[in-house]
Amino acid sequence: MKPSQAVDNLIEISGLRFSRGSRVIFDGLELAIPRGSITAIMGPSGCGKTTLLRMLTGQLRPDEGSVRVAGQEVNRLSRPDLYALRRQMGMLFQNSALLTDFNVFENVAFPVRENTSLPERLLRNVVLTKLQSVGLRGAAGLMPSELSGGMARRVAMARAMVLDPELLLYDEPFSGLDPISLGVVLRLIRLNNDALGLTSVVVSHDVAEISQIADHCLVLSEGRVIASGRPDELADSDSELVRQFMTGAADGPVPFHYPAPDYRQQLLGSS
Amino acid sequence: MALFRQLWNSQLAALRKLGAVVLFLGEILAQCPAAFTRPRLISAQIHNAGVLSLVIIMTSAFFVGMVIGLQGYDSLARLRQEDILGAGVALTLIKELGPVVTALLFAGRAGTALASEIGLMRATDQLAALEVMAIDPIRRIVAPRFVGGAISVPLLTAVFNAIGILGAWFIGVYIMGVDGGAFWSQMQEYVDPEDIGEGVSKSIVFGIAASLIAVYEGYNCAPTAEGVGMATTRTVVTTSIVVLILDYMITAFLI
Ligand SMILES: Nc1ncnc2c1ncn2[C@@H]1O[C@H](COP(=O)(O)OP(=O)(O)OP(=O)(O)O)[C@@H](O)[C@H]1O
Ligand SMILES: [Mg+2]
Repeated sequence: MKPSQAVDNLIEISGLRFSRGSRVIFDGLELAIPRGSITAIMGPSGCGKTTLLRMLTGQLRPDEGSVRVAGQEVNRLSRPDLYALRRQMGMLFQNSALLTDFNVFENVAFPVRENTSLPERLLRNVVLTKLQSVGLRGAAGLMPSELSGGMARRVAMARAMVLDPELLLYDEPFSGLDPISLGVVLRLIRLNNDALGLTSVVVSHDVAEISQIADHCLVLSEGRVIASGRPDELADSDSELVRQFMTGAADGPVPFHYPAPDYRQQLLGSS
Repeated sequence: MALFRQLWNSQLAALRKLGAVVLFLGEILAQCPAAFTRPRLISAQIHNAGVLSLVIIMTSAFFVGMVIGLQGYDSLARLRQEDILGAGVALTLIKELGPVVTALLFAGRAGTALASEIGLMRATDQLAALEVMAIDPIRRIVAPRFVGGAISVPLLTAVFNAIGILGAWFIGVYIMGVDGGAFWSQMQEYVDPEDIGEGVSKSIVFGIAASLIAVYEGYNCAPTAEGVGMATTRTVVTTSIVVLILDYMITAFLI
């Protein structure tokens, strides 16, 4: 690896292999994500996008290969070092994962309270600013059970960025959002990225939306990156694989179905 | 032969689980000093596990006390030894029934609540979210709950014993007419500090076991609705068996 590369890329994955039981999820995955960019990760449902994010945060360990974040090999880090690295990361979970015991304000304040000793007055300002940016300052007193799915997603977003991390991972930030909040969240991701100089990785199915803000897109399928490039490059890519994904056709090189025995045989045959 | 193999396999599985629980205890204990620096988290858990169990503990204790009072009176009256009723009741409660019944009730009231709470946090990715926020869930969630539970059980046991003795007094002295002075003085005469020590050691061990099983089952549950339900059930079943086994072992060791 060239030394210049190590400086430019915040994330470098090489030769990544990972299986769940007999199902191979990553089969020699290679990717690099440049610092300061917004990278969209796309791919069919179940292809391992969430799994990939969990590898980046060190919640899952690869069977083989290396995952490097900020020059550090995530699965070789000691516990304290891993936690130190995680303080530089924020992650938005697919299902928001808000703490159900706390209200919206306390949820956003939680990482700050636990990881820093910020005075209460400053903390209040930080939290309210973040809530304002996702349009939910007025909901500060609500409990997570009183939020809609889209509101919960925006609270989780405020929480993910409250510590101003270096790397923000978004797992499906747009699902369940109305068009207005979607626009806001899109702009917010771009704004955060540029204003705070962070690196964003956005997992999303919404090709049209994510194409507006992404600097760089990766398409995953069957355990590998099958295409990468700028959104406009991918849109008129001459690869059949990529066009299928960008246009959303069910039939094509990317399988829509989870591996299964022959359909006709299973319906007609005896079990 | 197949039956034997099955038995052997289940023994192996139980042994493996025991190992996992011990390792988990080690992990919790390593985080306990950090947990003690935030006494508020622990006191909140003592409130959840202990204070909220008071009603069920006190009600059960009063009835258990009345039953022992009645049975004790009935047996002793045949020997014309009603006067030692107080001593008999106190020894039974302090050494045996107090710690055991409290631990079983604790498993049903607080252990299930702990297991399902932590299990639900696992199922809804809250534990994963904590990890990603660089907050150790063992330190922030598990350790305070374990410590709070382990502290609550001995305290609840003391309450159980006191109320149980009152219940026996109510039946023996107030209803059956045993001499009140004899009831209390015989109790003072026959209950030794060692008896109390035995009861206290049992309640401490049971408190640790019941809390550990609850947080272990919750933390390691399958991340589904069914998984949380199973973790809750297993908490009660395992705690009951383990408490009864430990009770025998401690008694045999101390006698
Ligand atoms: N805990 C688990 N145990 C076993 N297999 C799992 C587990 N979690 C995920 N998988 C499998 O791993 C594969 C990838 O899952 P993952 O959640 O990463 O998909 P995804 O790309 O995020 O999909 P989606 O777009 O639907 O969120 C799936 O095929 C799934 O069956
Ligand atoms: Mg996913």
